[in-house]
Amino acid sequence: MASDMGASYGSTLRYKSVERMKPIGKHSLLGASGEISDLQEILRYLDELILYDNMWDDGNSLGPKEVHSYLTRVMYNRRNKFNPLWNSLVLGGVKNGEKYLGTVSMIGVHFEDNHVATGFGNHLARPILRDEWKEDLSYEDGVKLLEKCMRVLLYRDRSAVNKIQIAKITEEGVSISKPYSLRTFWEFTAFRNPTVGAEGSW
Amino acid sequence: MFRNQYDTDVTTWSPAGRLFQVEYAMEAVKQGSAAIGLRSKTHVVLACVNKANSELSSHQKKIFKVDDHIGVAIAGLTADGRVLSRYMRSECINYSFTYESPLPVGRLVVQLADKAQVCTQRSWKRPFGVGLLVGGLDESGAHLYYNCPSGNYFEYQAFAIGSRSQAAKTYLERKFESFMGSSRDDLIKDALFAIKETLQGEKLKSSICTVAVLGVGEPFHILDQETVQQVINAHEIVEEEASAEQEAAAAADQDAPSADEAAPADQGIAPMDI
Repeated sequence: MASDMGASYGSTLRYKSVERMKPIGKHSLLGASGEISDLQEILRYLDELILYDNMWDDGNSLGPKEVHSYLTRVMYNRRNKFNPLWNSLVLGGVKNGEKYLGTVSMIGVHFEDNHVATGFGNHLARPILRDEWKEDLSYEDGVKLLEKCMRVLLYRDRSAVNKIQIAKITEEGVSISKPYSLRTFWEFTAFRNPTVGAEGSW
Repeated sequence: MFRNQYDTDVTTWSPAGRLFQVEYAMEAVKQGSAAIGLRSKTHVVLACVNKANSELSSHQKKIFKVDDHIGVAIAGLTADGRVLSRYMRSECINYSFTYESPLPVGRLVVQLADKAQVCTQRSWKRPFGVGLLVGGLDESGAHLYYNCPSGNYFEYQAFAIGSRSQAAKTYLERKFESFMGSSRDDLIKDALFAIKETLQGEKLKSSICTVAVLGVGEPFHILDQETVQQVINAHEIVEEEASAEQEAAAAADQDAPSADEAAPADQGIAPMDI
């Protein structure tokens, strides 16, 4: 899973080191976009959920599918009360060798897929993933593919920042990389004098 | 047990540290008709003896499906059992809806036990008069639990409750070590043999017993009468021949082996009445 570390306040890029991906329990990883305070509220819900799950102290634990379903219920219920949590969530994980990836929107629309994205990622990243995703991608190739998507988003999404993290979930657990930047190229001739050849303006 | 001045309220301790009302509730379980359960690594089998009030009435339902992966057999006050089964079904279905995943049987059993405990600590309630054998699947495989009116619960390899259950327990005690690795069909056979022990000479027919199975890849379901009768027939004969051989060898006479009705009755083992 990949995300950048930006959090905006309207059109101001207010915070530039926000971790938008968090491990949940032993088996899952949550990535969120949208309202950060609502994400913090969701993390509190999930913290309590995992706490009670651990307090049973039996051999059972909530896997990514269960967490995804729980989040779906929460998001949909809030939507029905006309008081949504303004987030798009991505929930991924591995449990007992089985991989899981799903998404929930702020109105409770939820589904599983081999590749999901939030916000502009739906328009810019998913077409790339549709063409280039394969079942047997190696981890390194997966990271390259995600970086490619993030680079496109960096160029084209106004609210993106050049500071990303990549998260890896395996049977052994979750690891989130340190933040790093993508190399970009701005020396295209079209960028040097963008308005040359433009016809009129809005 | 005799009446005494500490047995009126469930909220009164006896000087010896006993709650008599709870113990009386457990007596009610012993009065019900027998129910037994056994499990292997992957399957659980529940079986019970069906008593009907009269020839005209139908048999009492004592085995309930709680979910695809959990079933329960009861002994005692069947009305209490029905109510608790409804609670269990409700819990399972709510968990399934929220988490799209089956409720682990170990957690259901704890919730059930906590519910029973409440009734042992309120002056305006009475303990449930029913014992429940809960069989179900977990992440770690198949499990069998016994829930008491006292609010205790235990996990078992095999167990029997209700009247004349001691006979079944004796049988199970001899065989249980092999259950973990048993096949599904062997478990069913052993369940029927255990039921047979509680009948004390009465002929084992599929019309007087109910058998239910659940396992990994096999949702909980009650076996139909024909299937049960087939298992009985397949193994009864073998058992009678074996017992006839034993009798002939032990007696060292040349008695005519009139195997059928007589042999099971004079097996030489008197089932203990609890």
